[in-house]
Amino acid sequence: MSVLEIKNLHVNVETEQGTREILRGVDLVINEGEIHAIMGPNGSGKSTLAYTIAGHPKYQVVEGEILLDGENVLEMSVDERARAGVFLAMQYPVEIPGVTVTNFLRTAKTAIDGEAPAIRGWIKDVRESMSNLKMDSAFAERNVNEGFSGGEKKRNEILQLELLKPKFAVLDETDSGLDVDALKIVSEGVNRAHANTGLGVLLITHYTRILRYIKPDFVHVFVAGRIAEQGGAELADRLEEEGYDRYQVAESAAEAVPAE
Amino acid sequence: MTSTAMPTAGQHGLVAHSDGAFVPVQTRSERFRSVNVEDFAPVSGREHEWKLSPVAAFADLTGGELDGSRLTIETTDVPGISFSYIPRDDARVGTAGTPEERASANAWSTFEEALLVSVTGEDEKIAVVTRTALGDTPRAAHTVIEAAPNSRGFVVLAGTGAARLSENVEILVGAGASLTVVSLQEWDDEAVHLSSQFARLGRDSFLKHIVVSLGGKVVRVNPSTHLAEQGADIEALGLYFADAGQHLEQQVYVHHDAPHTKSRVTYKGALQGAGARTVWIGDVLIGNAAVGTDSYEQNRNLVLTEGTRADSVPNLEIETGDIEGAGHASATGRFDDEQLFYLMARGIREDEARRLVVRGFLTDIVQKIGSADLEARLTAAIEAELEGR
Ligand SMILES: Nc1ncnc2c1ncn2[C@@H]1O[C@H](COP(=O)(O)OP(=O)(O)O)[C@@H](O)[C@H]1O
Ligand SMILES: [Mg+2]
Repeated sequence: MSVLEIKNLHVNVETEQGTREILRGVDLVINEGEIHAIMGPNGSGKSTLAYTIAGHPKYQVVEGEILLDGENVLEMSVDERARAGVFLAMQYPVEIPGVTVTNFLRTAKTAIDGEAPAIRGWIKDVRESMSNLKMDSAFAERNVNEGFSGGEKKRNEILQLELLKPKFAVLDETDSGLDVDALKIVSEGVNRAHANTGLGVLLITHYTRILRYIKPDFVHVFVAGRIAEQGGAELADRLEEEGYDRYQVAESAAEAVPAE
Repeated sequence: MTSTAMPTAGQHGLVAHSDGAFVPVQTRSERFRSVNVEDFAPVSGREHEWKLSPVAAFADLTGGELDGSRLTIETTDVPGISFSYIPRDDARVGTAGTPEERASANAWSTFEEALLVSVTGEDEKIAVVTRTALGDTPRAAHTVIEAAPNSRGFVVLAGTGAARLSENVEILVGAGASLTVVSLQEWDDEAVHLSSQFARLGRDSFLKHIVVSLGGKVVRVNPSTHLAEQGADIEALGLYFADAGQHLEQQVYVHHDAPHTKSRVTYKGALQGAGARTVWIGDVLIGNAAVGTDSYEQNRNLVLTEGTRADSVPNLEIETGDIEGAGHASATGRFDDEQLFYLMARGIREDEARRLVVRGFLTDIVQKIGSADLEARLTAAIEAELEGR
């Protein structure tokens, strides 16, 4: 039984105006097979949490821990984390000129598994996953994310999720900018991976829309760098109706107190 | 068009007058030219065409006596591409262009015979000329590549081993012909190679000219293309990878001199290691006869480590308003850490991720070469560069 634990995580980022504290004590435990939704307003630090889990060098952990099955993730390099089973579907996937999707997928699969995949099975798997995600086979020969539309980039992230078979996936606003059809296709991909491999999911989103297609076991409301409230799927319905205002008012009131 | 005027150090480029004012660079086509080395003042390194080059590393080629005898070459035999030697006074010599600087003129003054590569026939074919182990004697060479009207062909001029070579290459593309010329520099670490290449394109002809510089201490390949007749079309490609202590330079000049001519210039380079140095200068001149010109030039450099320097200087001169399009782009960028992060977040180790990105950066040039064999060979060579071999 795999588990990803985040304990009292504090993260800073260096900006031109100096050091900024972004995550201010995040606690979260995700067990194998669980789906956790993190919902929060823009700027609340959701992507910071995602990038910190993946190990982006811009984010400095000043306090706290991240453990994968008891192993200290913070001591691992970015590629070691991925090989240990952590996957990040990025909010803004990067273009890699001159590197084809095919080449990229094979290289990544080889790195994760420690050996090259058997060719015939692999080609079949790639084809199948692409067709499930309604990606034209011509994609395979295009350069990674180059000239992809927003929706195509997100599908390409989920394609990697399905093929690389991580233990835990952090999906950073994978739903943003997708039309309903694409949203369904992408959600089905996540649900397939979840059903097939017992994937644990940290689903970061700004809107409740995707939760119609991916059913969370837990919902966490993320405000100003920490979890402000948590509950089951019903919490999402309340957010749908009430928005984040309640939390933000509470947050600014709380911040105002020490100043008085 | 030989001139006997002695140029002074300040004849070209920006010149300070006594009142402190500057006169602009003169039109590229009006630069001083001569086939006679004595017409050029000794090279000081301050001349505009030398100011970015390590001139002290090859004073023998700009100022010394050169061996002008035939080079030892290896050639591949293919029907429709023949090799022979022609005398200095052959009518073809000098028809594509004449030297604009002293190393080029020195070679021109000294070569004994010119190697003629003659392309005929409409079927596709490829021939490779390899100059190898030229030793450390300073040498001069002259090559004329002639593509007959409506012919097609692919000629590779390769260099390996030791060399101290100053040469001129003339490329004559007949009407309706379609020719590819690849200048491939894979010299030894200590080699110096200065090459001025002059192409003249006839009516509705097409030249793909490719400069690939990987090996050599100093490699300077300066291709100029004269789009002399209507409908002429040049695709000029370049790929270079400078390691520690290497100087790789290319001064590319395209002269649109007839209606409806087209040029695409794309040079890409990578720099890695202390003292890795590259220079790219791209001059495009659209003359007043060149109505309907379509031109674009770009240079991109990828800086992989500290301690390197890439100069990238595009110049566009337009003498007619009636053109279809003209533009240029130049960018020198550091390695993109976000690309690296993305690849590593998929489990790929840092060194392999770097290789993928660099290979990806250079690959669009490789893919445009148009010979599967050569593409495979260059991919392997780039791989070797990345591994520091
Ligand atoms: N690399 C960075 N440099 C400077 N500021 C950053 C950086 N990353 C995030 N921030 C700031 O931290 C805050 C949280 O950002 P982010 O984690 O992207 O929020 P979210 O994903 O919830 O919209 C924002 O105010 C943002 O401007
Ligand atoms: Mg975000």
